[in-house]
Amino acid sequence: MLGEGIIQGLVETARNFFGSYVEKERLTTVEYPEEQLPLPEASRVFPFLLYDGADAEKGLRCVACQICEKECPPRCIHIEKSKDKKPDFVGKPQAYPAVFDIDVSVCMSCQICVEVCPFDAIRMDKQFELSTSDRFGGLLWTKHELAKSNEYYRQIHPVEAAETDARRAKEMADAKAKAAAAAAAAAAKAAATPPAAATAAAGPATTSAAAASHGPAGNGATGNGVTGNGTAGNGASANGAKAETAKTVVKP
Amino acid sequence: MTLAGGVVTGADQVFVLLKHWLVARTPGPLQALVSILLTIIPIIVVFPALFAVTTVLERKGLGRIQNRYGPNRVGPFGVFQPLADAVKSLTKEDIVPRSADHVVHYLAPLVLVAASFLAYAVLPIGRNMTAVNLDAGVLFFFAIGAGTELAVFMAGWSSRNKYSLLGAMRAIAQMISYEIPLILSSVAVVMIAGTLSTVKIVEAQARYSDGVAHWYVFTPWGLAGFILFMIAATAETNRSPFDLPEGESEIIAGYFIEYSGFKFALFFLAEYLEIFAVSGLGITLFLGGWSAPFSFLTWIPSWIWFFTKLLALIVGFIWIRGTVPRLRMDQLMNFAWKFMLPMTLVVIFAAAVWRFLPHGVAGSAAAGLVVRWLVCALVVAGPYVLLARGLERGRKIEKRTYRYAE
Repeated sequence: MLGEGIIQGLVETARNFFGSYVEKERLTTVEYPEEQLPLPEASRVFPFLLYDGADAEKGLRCVACQICEKECPPRCIHIEKSKDKKPDFVGKPQAYPAVFDIDVSVCMSCQICVEVCPFDAIRMDKQFELSTSDRFGGLLWTKHELAKSNEYYRQIHPVEAAETDARRAKEMADAKAKAAAAAAAAAAKAAATPPAAATAAAGPATTSAAAASHGPAGNGATGNGVTGNGTAGNGASANGAKAETAKTVVKP
Repeated sequence: MTLAGGVVTGADQVFVLLKHWLVARTPGPLQALVSILLTIIPIIVVFPALFAVTTVLERKGLGRIQNRYGPNRVGPFGVFQPLADAVKSLTKEDIVPRSADHVVHYLAPLVLVAASFLAYAVLPIGRNMTAVNLDAGVLFFFAIGAGTELAVFMAGWSSRNKYSLLGAMRAIAQMISYEIPLILSSVAVVMIAGTLSTVKIVEAQARYSDGVAHWYVFTPWGLAGFILFMIAATAETNRSPFDLPEGESEIIAGYFIEYSGFKFALFFLAEYLEIFAVSGLGITLFLGGWSAPFSFLTWIPSWIWFFTKLLALIVGFIWIRGTVPRLRMDQLMNFAWKFMLPMTLVVIFAAAVWRFLPHGVAGSAAAGLVVRWLVCALVVAGPYVLLARGLERGRKIEKRTYRYAE
């Protein structure tokens, strides 16, 4: 009958109208500033710099290698390398960024900087409320604004952070083991060399001319020490390669 | 008159008495002017205020119909949303197209709003509360209503925009098509009441027998006439589902596409004023105007009854808007000429049947009423069923096939 469909429609909309006051699950609206949906693990907005420990300046992982700066498609990263060096997490002296700026308004959230970083120093943040009333200074973030702690990273990307932390722990353990091995090797070398050292030490005691002739022998002993260090270095590079393979396996 | 009766009459006539009191206190030469102002200003204040209330009601109602919250940011539950909208439309830039006809473009919204306001002159908002008691009030209402069509075409033509012109053409076609059923359905009432005066039509309905008012909507022809009148009114005011003149998907905003800022707000205001006015006429013609439906409710002031009915009709408009999708142009025209027009003629015939059937059968008024009711209902329902079948028979609903260009 003509008009029947309209009556059915009116009943349906009336049910929606009254139902929306009774059943809360009908209203799918999330009233944004007051309530927020949890963001998915993989969500990403803008990169930040990771630091270990409590001090952002000291613990900053970035070594100012500038790979991200070169890879950034919209070129929103600006890095100036430091003149001096500071030890990294395995104790190796590394440069650090004297200046590290990212332009929020230029960044396109592509995550390429994260993909290329060999030092796990830059990661993507989930924070998306980046608007500011100052569109010039307020949108250029320096390294102080970019630096976020590893705890924060664990909080926003738990799965990714756990994987990074495990890899870094392994690297650190390897480095320690290597250092221990190097120390042990040095100690063994030191134990093996005493006679030569004794003659070298005795040499100067006899005559000053003999001391001059014994000089090369002493040099040879130190040369041996260097070779020992060299093998230790090889070990370290092998470890580094292993770490690299581990990294490539984890990262698809 | 008892004290309670006095209080009831006082509440009913409070605005009338207030006006008389104020007029009596003005010096003689100014009395006429003050009287006119006191009649006009309430209309100019109350109905735009009602417009403000309606916009927020509509947005919230539509939201709930679609399982949303609707506006709830400005003030508690979003009740101050109209204020924010007003500030927005007042502060927006008023852009006039360079090639537009500036004078006509400027005048169109003013003419539209003026015509919409003029229609209120003959509406009985309460007992003794009609701005002008014209003998041909209903005729005046429709004559003024035609002024809005002129304004719509002025807007569409002067904008020099193909969409606004298309929108205006659609609006004119639609308004003229639906004006016929609108007027014919009110002709039935005019026939029964025997007068064109809105005041007298309401007075004819404000009588009670067995406690029930003589509203025309309580008769078969009146009910059918009321439904037809409201459908035609929906089309006449360009409300959804008849909002083709402003179909967003086809012609963006129709005839007011080139209007911005406060002129756009004026169009919006006029649209709602028309809705209220035509609803007010529907109330006057079929729903007994300011009268109460049952005699024991007559103590409620007449103007409260009028605005209650008006709000009920507005809710109906919003409900329909949230339910029915927009018609196509051919559907719109078919509906007007193939369904609305025959049905309104049937309603006129039914009203005549109602009038000339004997009012009592075998000396019993109740039996006479039942017989009249049945006969009249048959006269309306029979053609409706036949018409509906006839309209649906010729229509083949089949899967649409698309042919793409090779």
